[in-house]
Order: sequence, then structure tokens, then C-alpha cells
Amino acid sequence: QQQHEDLSAKKLRLTKPSKSAALHVDLCKATSPADALQYLLQFARKPVEVESVEGVVRILLEHYYKENDASVRLKIASLLGLLSKTAGFSPDCIMDDAINTLQNEKSHQVLAQLLDTLLVIGTKLTENPSVRMRLVEVACKHLTDSSHGVRNKCLQLIGCLGPVEKGVAKEAESQAAKDVQKIIGDHFNDQDPRVRTAAIKAMLQLHERGLKLQQAIYSQACKLLADDYEQVRSAAVQLIWVLSQLYPESIVPIPSSNEEIRLVDDAFGKICHMVSDGSWVVRVQAAKLLGSMQQVSSHFLEQTLDKKLMSDLRRKRTAHERAKELYSSGEFSSGRKWGDDAPKEEIDTGAVNLIESGACGAFVHGLEDEMYEVRIAAVEALCMLAQSSPSFAEKCLDFLVDMFNDEIEEVRLQSIHTMRKISNNITLREDQLDTVLAVLEDSSRDIREALHELLCCTNVSTKEGIHLALVELLKNLTKYPTDRESIWKCLKFLGSRHPTLVLPLVPELLSTHPFFDTPEPDMDDPAYIAVLVLIFNAAKSCPTMPALFSDHTFRHYAYLRDSLSHLVPPLRLPGRKLLSSPVSPSITPHEDPSQQFLHQSLERVYNLQHLDPQGIQELLEFTIRDLQRLGELQSELAGMADFTATYLQCQLLLIKALQEKLWNVAAPLYLKQNALASAAAKQILEETYKMEFMYSGVESRQVVIIHHMRLQAKALQLIVTARTTRGVEPLFGMCEKFLQEVDSFQRCFISELPHMQGSFVDKLLDLMPRLVTSKPSEVVKILQTTLRQSTFLHLPLPEQLHRATANIIEPTGESDNPLRFTSGLVVALDVDATLEHVQDPQGTVKVQVLYPDGQAQIIHPKPADFRNPGPGRHRLITQVYLSHTAWTEPCQIEVRLLLAYNSNRSKASAKIPKPSWNESLEALPQSENGIEGTIPFSKPVKVYIMPKPARR
Amino acid sequence: LVCLCLHPGAGQDVGRSCILVSIAGKNVMLDCGMHMGYNDDRRFPDFSYITQNGRLTDFLDCVIISHFHLDHCGALPYFSEMVGYDGPIYMTHPTKAICPILLEDYRKITVDKKGETNFFTSQMIKDCMKKVVAVHLHQTVQVDEELEIKAYYAGHVLGAAMFQIKVGCESVVYTGDYNMTPDRHLGAAWIDKCRPDLLISESTYATTIRDSKRCRERDFLKKVHETVERGGKVLIPVFALGRAQELCILLETFWERMNLKAPIYFSTGLTEKANHYYKLFITWTNQKIRKTFVQRNMFEFKHIKAFDRAFADNPGPMVVFATPGMLHAGQSLQIFRKWAGNEKNMVIMPGYCVQGTVGHKILSGQRKLEMEGRQILEVKMQVEYMSFSAHADAKGIMQLIRQAEPRNVLLVHGEAKKMEFLKQKIEQEFHVNCYMPANGETTTIFTNPSIPVDISLGLLKRETAIGLLPDAKKPKLMHGTLIMKDNSFRLVSPEQALKELGLAEHQLRFTCRVHIQDPRKEHETVLRVYNHLKGVLKDYSVQHLPDGSITVESILIQATAHSEDQGTKVLLVSWTYQDEELGSYLTSLLKKGLPQSTA
Repeated sequence: QQQHEDLSAKKLRLTKPSKSAALHVDLCKATSPADALQYLLQFARKPVEVESVEGVVRILLEHYYKENDASVRLKIASLLGLLSKTAGFSPDCIMDDAINTLQNEKSHQVLAQLLDTLLVIGTKLTENPSVRMRLVEVACKHLTDSSHGVRNKCLQLIGCLGPVEKGVAKEAESQAAKDVQKIIGDHFNDQDPRVRTAAIKAMLQLHERGLKLQQAIYSQACKLLADDYEQVRSAAVQLIWVLSQLYPESIVPIPSSNEEIRLVDDAFGKICHMVSDGSWVVRVQAAKLLGSMQQVSSHFLEQTLDKKLMSDLRRKRTAHERAKELYSSGEFSSGRKWGDDAPKEEIDTGAVNLIESGACGAFVHGLEDEMYEVRIAAVEALCMLAQSSPSFAEKCLDFLVDMFNDEIEEVRLQSIHTMRKISNNITLREDQLDTVLAVLEDSSRDIREALHELLCCTNVSTKEGIHLALVELLKNLTKYPTDRESIWKCLKFLGSRHPTLVLPLVPELLSTHPFFDTPEPDMDDPAYIAVLVLIFNAAKSCPTMPALFSDHTFRHYAYLRDSLSHLVPPLRLPGRKLLSSPVSPSITPHEDPSQQFLHQSLERVYNLQHLDPQGIQELLEFTIRDLQRLGELQSELAGMADFTATYLQCQLLLIKALQEKLWNVAAPLYLKQNALASAAAKQILEETYKMEFMYSGVESRQVVIIHHMRLQAKALQLIVTARTTRGVEPLFGMCEKFLQEVDSFQRCFISELPHMQGSFVDKLLDLMPRLVTSKPSEVVKILQTTLRQSTFLHLPLPEQLHRATANIIEPTGESDNPLRFTSGLVVALDVDATLEHVQDPQGTVKVQVLYPDGQAQIIHPKPADFRNPGPGRHRLITQVYLSHTAWTEPCQIEVRLLLAYNSNRSKASAKIPKPSWNESLEALPQSENGIEGTIPFSKPVKVYIMPKPARR
Repeated sequence: LVCLCLHPGAGQDVGRSCILVSIAGKNVMLDCGMHMGYNDDRRFPDFSYITQNGRLTDFLDCVIISHFHLDHCGALPYFSEMVGYDGPIYMTHPTKAICPILLEDYRKITVDKKGETNFFTSQMIKDCMKKVVAVHLHQTVQVDEELEIKAYYAGHVLGAAMFQIKVGCESVVYTGDYNMTPDRHLGAAWIDKCRPDLLISESTYATTIRDSKRCRERDFLKKVHETVERGGKVLIPVFALGRAQELCILLETFWERMNLKAPIYFSTGLTEKANHYYKLFITWTNQKIRKTFVQRNMFEFKHIKAFDRAFADNPGPMVVFATPGMLHAGQSLQIFRKWAGNEKNMVIMPGYCVQGTVGHKILSGQRKLEMEGRQILEVKMQVEYMSFSAHADAKGIMQLIRQAEPRNVLLVHGEAKKMEFLKQKIEQEFHVNCYMPANGETTTIFTNPSIPVDISLGLLKRETAIGLLPDAKKPKLMHGTLIMKDNSFRLVSPEQALKELGLAEHQLRFTCRVHIQDPRKEHETVLRVYNHLKGVLKDYSVQHLPDGSITVESILIQATAHSEDQGTKVLLVSWTYQDEELGSYLTSLLKKGLPQSTA
């Protein structure tokens, strides 16, 4: 026995001529420190296996003690840290050695590195309180070191490992468990700014780890705000913020007066003050943090927007105030005269506070800063504060509107988005609206669309405002016709939000006249459509409006309701039954009729189980047609309707395939019919993938049904193959595979099985023991009968269901001019598309280019190419590089978007492996409906291109 | 110890800037401006005031020019060539490039147009420029061995700088004109916490807190846009440099953003040359221009073209920038006369207008102007005023003071009444002294200079090793010898000092007798004393020597019986003067007597 053990030990040694040994040899060979350093550097490049880490560490330590050169010791120390990071290695065995090395070390740099190593070890062993205590003690001991680097690391160590729970500290009282906060706090006044920064950071670290910081630190931190060094100030601002969140309500005295204020207000004032700091890093930091200080009192908050203007010691009104006054006096848009801004009342010189006024004008400064980073931070902060305080939102409006004219587009965009976010709280004045609308002429599409988005949810106060908005939007439409959809949508919301304001405008907008018939406007004019969209949406909640319409308006309504159903709502038009929408007015208005219709038709289908096959088929066909139509008419129900229609379609296909009367006849004679059945199986498979991956909001209840349908399709496939192929050998494999799938289905959806009484899978599982043992031909027979006998599963509908859609805006596919380029070189094609209801578009959306020769190319757009203009919507703006060999004449290529999915996994855990960022050119199997793992989900767009032969 | 003399010009007056600073024996002249309002000798500062009759070159160590505006550099050729100064003149690169263009233009107007004689010539400008040394931002320039200067960014106009002047540990910061809010082409002034003894700040807007710039910009753009859309023409009278470029950038970007097509013209002349320099000195502009110049230099205007006289009669909308800014003469006035009759047109005055000029008249609402030759011009066009000023307002000044943390502040370049207010505020909020001298007045400021002393490393290490570890920012007591020799101070160890000075060391010993009532024998007494001391002085080495004496560190204690009274023992305590502290402690300890119980 003994011998055997020895043998095994020896064997281990022999098979592993371990790294440590090699390193040892190398290090012994080293003649000079430089040599040793080289060896170590080489060693560091290779990874070390978990098993040999400890050995390597021992070797390194051995050399450490022998080494005289500080730089080599430094490298060893850093290697120790690296090695202890190795996954799966528990560094507690080397901790003592590491601590021992500290004792005799003279070089400060090496000391700092060793402490860093200890930090790594400590972070790996956070579970062990005694280890932590010990390391913290070591750190405290070295806090008195004269080098800043060492003190830095010590503080970092204390911050990361210091005891957080009070209980632990008490327990270890005997070991001089000092109050870590006090130790760190003492270093707030260190002579080295780097150490001061480290001390604050350590404190913040403690906070992050859950320790409640003491309020006493506050005054210390306030002093640090005046530090000479920007890192210190920046960290101090953070610390103050943390404290203000911890103790918002405690009272602090105001120096040089007897008054007292809440701590959060005081902190707010101090941070505001930092918005005009000399260093922009601090300014950004301060501006960002301001946004999250929501407990601050409102009068403090409002001060941030008031700079207290004066001129020659007399109070002056801001341009904003003047604009407001002009507006309220009804004198809007009169030209300004010189001296209009003449200062008014005298100011008491003693009362003017020029700098120590705390919050005064902080945002005014922030928004005017020279660095756009600060401006963006300020806008964001404004947004957050305004969302929580309606009165502040009202006040900051003028400033946000001003930011629409910033010189940097990012800032403009950000402020438009901000405005949109707070628009629930505000109503735009006419002059403000005017400024907002002026931006509609911006040449940047992003800005314009953001602005449309903003107008969708803006409240306007007067009918003039609505008119103004409409006029400007129409101007925009003529200048940039591509904005059509976005503008229509914008007007839709504008109309439905302000029906009473639109009402008095209707005659003017439709240019109707009480006596004369006016010419009928052109129905295809986008501007006219825009006006109608506005009016119809307003009319929805304003029943008196249709009385103002002229005859052709009603006709146009019917047309638009049909062609642009997502923009035109159903209207109840009195006395015009003929033209009214299919929904009869007898239905009570509070029940959504179309929803009801959907459910009714579905119920009809599910209830009729025992009709004759012909009847079922017909009913299904009708229902599918109805649902598809409904989807087109009712945009909010489109997802639901499409989803169920697809499901019914699958069912229909299945029934059709099984209804073939040819199953009993010998197979080879009926190849054609078999082809029909196998095509049906294939199509069902595709449809199920679409159902599973293209809709957002699909729950596990639906997923199980989809999978069930897929299983049926696979069974069908198996049956068809069994009929068409001769010989049994290939069937063995197929049967086995199918049974495996049934098995995995059972495992995945075990909880759902009780709901599936009488279904295909239910019956199949009953027969499972028989299936496993029987021959393929028998299996096929059983499958065939079960498939026929199984009932039709009820598809429950989720609350919300949206179909992922994509619409390629550019290229438009209308151009007759081919895109010419030299063959072999590339040409960039701009692709601009909107995506709706796509989850994780960065990972799933691809662009496919099909060349006329059948070559297909799939491009993964960069993550940065996707913008997110609103919830559930994405915008893809990217460039696709095309290339081909020379053609004799121009030809069209097809561009479309694909939705990639991973069929192996269920939807919940679908994580597509990260695509490579570059395009990959793959020759793909030619197939009508895309490739395995992707679903085409946009209409293909044709682009005319012409690769010319290269000229010599 | 900073002494400061102010020269006619600066002080409490907007106009000539010219300040003389004497700092630790060095004389520096800050700016050399002229007054635009005078046409006689008063336009230049009175340089004879500086030296009475000595040569300027001998008296002044250097001249610093903050930026290229004529009220800061206009008298330079006169000063250097006609009065005579050959020392160095410092200015930033853009200032050096643009300054001669402006001087030449100014010379042309005074000499060629007004026909004045006794004025500096083109050659003089050239010669003067040869004496100029250009500096970079944040570059420390060593003027001579002791005097150094350093430039900081000041905004205001291209190349404007604030200067720090430093001699030894005394320093002065001169701001020139500066702007704390960024604009479309320049950034904001910035200075580090240099804690100068004196900050000399301009105070043009001492009593004003300005509104946000954005409203003004927006208003301006809106007005121009509306007029152009109506088909009207917009005239913007400007001075060639500074604001003009800002407005150009503003309009250019607006045109670009809004896809506008109406032409914008800029009247030619010296502007073109100056624009060229704006293109070159990208590093001096604001963030946006600096970041985007790789794609496109913002000063390479796409929409702004050179103006030709004939264009004024073209139909259709257009925007024209024309000089001069106050509509008192030249191209801007010509265009104004052409366009004034149409109410669709608009004139925008971007700055202040002096009384008596056409600009001032129309701004104050006059609609009928009498031109030369008894012509009456009816003004139907819209008149707008839009102030774009690039000086720091009261808040900005305070902000700069907060950044630099000076020990004293001196306000110049402003009106006395307004400065009084700011002075009061500064004193109240920063608790520093604030001065506002009148023209020709001298202000003396006493500083408390710290004197650097060299210490040998050995001594430092030895002294810090004694006692506790060095505590941050706390003064520490050290023993050493201060040698003052050849204008330098050194702290060395006593031994080294002796060696260097070739002196022999003298020992200084204090001796003291202490009487103790003790009837026992001498050696027993000694033993008792020894035990007592050993018990009390735990941290020191106390030794009992075989010859019957005790040493505590280097202090010697011997006991003898009193010659008259055997019951009284006399303890002789002797210590060197270095151990004074311990020695006197020991004596007082012994004087208290020995504890009885130790027997």
C-alpha cells in the first residue's frame, strides 16, 4: 500500500515537469537583475494552470528573499498578485508569506506592490473575516509610511476590506479593531493629494460595501472641496453627495450666521458651487450629481436657474422674463428696441451676493459651460430634477429651449430628449413653441425626428400654437419629404391631444366656405394627408367636428381609414352609416369592438372540433383572412391577430396535409402529393420559428404550444420521409432523433403538460414505452394515427403581443440610376431602417444582400449603428459595403433585414453568440425564405448597381 | 514688497491701458495702449513719467502685451521706436501676428486719411515687431535670472492672455481683458490656483451680471432668419476683428444647420488677412472648433463670401457684415444708405455706439437722418440692437479671483463708482485687500515673502529621524546653523559650519550644585540617586560609572559630601549646552529631593 502511494506521487512528478521547476532553473541561471527581470517578463506572458500556482508562488517567494534588486522584487510582487487572481486558486495558503515579505522590505515601490498583491488576495477571500481583519491591521501599520504610494495602497486595502458590519468590529475589539472610518478620515488631511484622493475613495468604497458613514465626515468633506487638486475635489463632491443622501434631513449650521439648514440643501448648495469650478472634470462630476438630489427644497432648486441679473447695480430682468411678460401683455413678436432691456429698480448693494450664493445660477453656468461634457451633464441633471418637480420643470423650460441652439448636435439632441421626458409636466407657451419649431428646419434627421417625437407629447395652450405647429411641420414636409411618416405620426398625436383647439381651425384648414364649393384637394398630397390626420384624430373625441366636413372629406376619410389605418382612428360619423367603419355603432363604446371580434372568431374556431374536415378547412381559411384584415386595420391588435393567424395557418396546413387521401396508397406513385405534404411540414416549421422569435411578449404558455406545433410538423416530416424512402436504415436515425425530441419536449415543458389533455404529445407520451421498442415502420404508423386523432390545442393569448417589424427607409428602391463602381472595389450603400419591437437589435438584426447570381452576403451592423429613439423602437443607420465582379449591364440586388435566432434554445435564454463586428462574407445556400437561424422580417428593397470593369 | 505704479491710461478709466509694476526690484510694463478718443498727445501714455530723464531700456526689464486691441497695444511703436525702448516685448503668437495688421490700419487712417504728421511709420511698426518675443500658453519664460512670466488663456479675443509675473516667491497676475463665459469661437479664461500676491484685474462690467448668452444668440439668429425669409437684406456693421468672427461662425453654422441658401458677405480689407490667422491658430479657439477642424476648419467659411460693392444692389435676400461698427463712415454707411428705405431690411448693431455717430442716432430711435449735403435719409428698415460683449461680468471676475486665490486684488479699467461696489464685495467675500488706484497713482503693497533656505540632506534626514514622524503641514523644530553668505541661505549642521568657517569648537557647559539632605555615605547616596533616576527616566540611558558618578545620556552627576555638614550631600550636575533641556529638567527633578521610600 505504502509503496503504491509513493509510486503515484512519483508518477505525478514525472508527468508534470511543472512550470515552477522551469522557472526555478531560469531564475537560478540569471546572472544579473536585468536577466532575471527578462525571465520573469517572459514567464508572465504564459498562463499558469491552477494546480501549479502554489508551487510557482513558493519559487517566486524564495527568489524574492534572495533578490537584492528592487525592480526584480517589484516584478515578483506583481506576479504574486497576478497568480493569486488565477481562477480556482485559493490564495489563503500564500497570505502569511505575503505578509511576511512586507516586514523586511525597504523599497517603497515594492511595498506598495506587495500591498496591492494583498488587496488581490483579500478580495478573493472576502468571505473570511479574520483574514480581512488581519490584512486591515497590516494596512494600518503601514499607513505611517513616508511614501504616498504605500499609503495609497493601504487606504485602498482598508476601503476594500475594512469591516462593514458593526458586529464584526465589536467581536474583534481585542485586536485593536479601530474604527476604520476614523483611520481613513485622518488621512483626509494628508500632505499628498494622491493619498487624500485615495482616502476619499476608500471611504466611498466602504459606503458602497454597505457601511453607514458617519455624519461627522461631512464637515471634513466640505473642507476638501476647496482642495488644490482636482482629483481630490472630484472625489470630495462624490462623498458629499453620498452623505447628503444618507442624512438628508439632519440640520447643519450655516457658518457666519446663526441660521441652520437641512444637510441636503447645504450639500446641494455646495455642489452647485462646484459647477463653476476651475477644472472641467469636477464640473462634470458636480453637474451629474445634482440631478440625483431630489430631496432638495424647491426654493433652493429654483435658485439654480436664477442668476440675479443686474446692470450698473440695478436689477435687470432676464430675456426669459421679458419674453414671458411680452407674451402675457399680448404683444408677442414685436421687434425689440434698444433699451428694452433697460435695468429697472435699484439694488441694495449690501444684499447682492456675488459668489457665495450657493445654488444661485448653477444651471445657468452649467448650461453655458465651454465643455460640452459639462453641458450634457447639466441637461441630464435638469431632466432628472424636472421629472420629480413639476414647478421646476416649468421653470427650466426656457433654458432647455435655449439649448436647442447649442453648437454641438449631441447637446441639442440630448436637450430635445430631455424636453420630451418632462413634457407631461409642462405646457409650452407660444413663444417657446416658436423657438422649438424653428429647429424643425435643422438639416440633421436625428434632430428633426427627436423633435417630432417631442411634439407628439407636448401640450400646447392655444389654437394659434396648433396652427403654428402645423404650418411649421408642413414647411418641414416640403423641405424634407422623407420625414413624411414621422410628421404624420406627430400630427396624429397633436390632434388627439388637443381636439378643442383644433375645432375652431377646421374650416380654415380644410378651406371650406359656407357658400361656395371649394375644389377638391389632391388626395395624394402628403401635406393634405397631414392636415386630415390632424383633423380626424381631433374629431375622434370631438363629435361636433364632422359637421364641418364637406362631402369629399368623408370620402377621403374612408380612403385614409383604409390605407393609413394606423394614423386614422375609427370615427362615428352620424347619418353616414354607409361610410362608417365596419364596426356598427350599436356596440357599447367602452368595449373595444375589434378586440371582441378577435376573441369571437377565435372561439368559433376552437369550439368547432367536430365539423367535417371540409368545414374546418373553410372556417379556418375565413378566420385567417379575417384576422389578417383585422391586423391591417387595427394597429394595436396587429401583433395579436398576426400571431393567431399564423397559428391557425399552421393548423390549416397540418389538416390539409393529413387530409390527403393518398396516405394509404403505396408511396412512390404519389410523389407529387408527398411533395405537397413535405412542403407543408417545412412551412409549418418556419412559421413556428417566426412565432417564437419574431414576437415580443410571448410567454411560456405560448412557447409550449408553438413547440408542440413544431413537434407535429416534425412528425409529419418523418411520416412523409418514411413513405418516400425505400429501406429502413435511414429511418432508424430519424426515429431516434424524433423520439429524443419528444423526450426533450417533455423535460422542458413538464409543468405545462397537464394543460395539454388529448393533444398530440399527450397521446404520444402515453404510447412512449411502446414506441421506444418498436420498429421504425411501426413508429411511423403510430405517429400517423396519433397525429390524426389528436385535438387542436387552444392558443391562449398574452396581454401584449407585438410583432417585430422592420422598414427600410433608405435605399428607397425607386432609383433608376444604377450605382456605378469599379469591380473589385467596394461601394458603400447607406441603409436606414426603422425597427419596431425588436429585443436586443444589436445582437439579432442583420442585413442581407442578395446578388443576382445567387450569392448572398450577411452583414452584422455595428452596435453603435443602432439608435433608440423611443421605447420599443430602434433605428438602424449603417453602411453596407457592396462589391462584385464586373457585369455587362446594371442589375438589381436585394437588400433586406434578417432577424437572427438561435433555434437550440428557448426564447427566454436566447443569447445569440456575439457576432463578429466586421462583415462576414458567406456563401449561403440558396433558399427562398432565408437561411437557417434567421427570419427575414423586412420587405426586400431593390438597388440598382453596376460594377464596371476596371480600366487599364 | 511689491510696489506698483500706475500710469496714465489704465486706472479708473476705460481707454488706454498701461501699468507699471515693480516687483522685487524688477520693473515690468503691462500693456501699452492708446486712447481712441483723443487726436493729440493725450492719446499715448506719458512715458516721461516713468523715468524722468533716464533711458527706458535701462529702467524696464520687459514689456508685456495682453492682446491685440489698440487700447492695449496701440502705443507700442511710439513707445519702442519714438521714445526708445530696446528691451524685450512679450506677447502670444496670435497677438504678434495680428497686432501689426491693426497698427498698420490705424496708422493709415491717422496719417493717410487725416493727414497727421509726427506719427509712427510702417517701418517703425516693423522694427517694433522685431523686438517682440512670442510666448506659448502655460510656457514659463525666463526673462532674466530672476524674472519669469507665464501666459494663461483669457478668452476675449484670439490670442488674449493673462500673464503671471514672478520674481522669487513674489508674483503678480495681470489679466488684461478676459471673458469667463465661452462664445462661439473662443473658450473661457482659465487660471490655476497660483495664489499670486497681487491680481490686477480689469473691471469693465464691475456692476453687471449678464444674462445667458444663448438668448441673445437665439434672438439674433431668429431675426436674421426671419428677415432673410421675408426676402429682406440684413446689414451687420462690425469692427473687423473679434466679435465679427464670432458672428460669422454663428451665422455660418446656422446656415449649415438650417440648409439656408441666402448669401452672406463680408466686406474685405484687413479682415481677410486676419481671418487667415484665425484659421491658423486653432489651438486658441473653443472646444467645438478644435474638435472639428480635422474634418473642416470652421473659419473656412462655406457660406460667407467676400463682398463686392456691386453686390449691394443685387435683388433678393442677403446678409452683409461691413466695417466700421458704428456706421460713422466707410462701407457700412454706404450700404446703410442704400438699404435704409426698405422696411423689409434690417440693420443689427452688435455693439456700443459712440454719441454722434449714425449708429447711435438710429439706436436712439431717430428715423430721419440728415446726411452730408442736406440730404434727408428716411430710415424705414428695422433697427436692432444686440450686445455681444466679451468681458467678464461681476460674477466672472469673482470666479477668477476664486480660482487664483490672490492675496491682494487691484482693479483697473473701469469706472470708479462701479469699482467701488466690486471692491467692497471682494473684500467682504474673500477677505483680501482690494485697491483701485486712480490714474498716475502709485499703490504699494507689502508682501510677506517667505525666504527659501537650502538644507543639506544629511542634516534633514538626521533631524527628521529624531522624535516623531513628520506630521503633515505642521512646523517642525530643527537644530542647525544658518549660514548667510553671497546672497544665499543655507542650513547646515554645526560641525560642517565650523569646518567651513574654519573655527574651532568651543564647549559650553552648565554646572549646577544641588544640595540633598542625606546622612548616608556618598556612594550610597549615589546609588539612591541612580535608582531614582532610573525609575523616572525610563527612556534615557542612565549609567552608574565605576568612578562613582552617574551619567544620564551625556549629563554627568557627581556626589560629594558637604565640607561643613556631613548630612548634606552636594550633587554636581554638569551638561553641555546642547542638552540644556534635559539638564534643566534633571536639576529641577533633583531639587525636589529623593523619595524616602527607596531606602
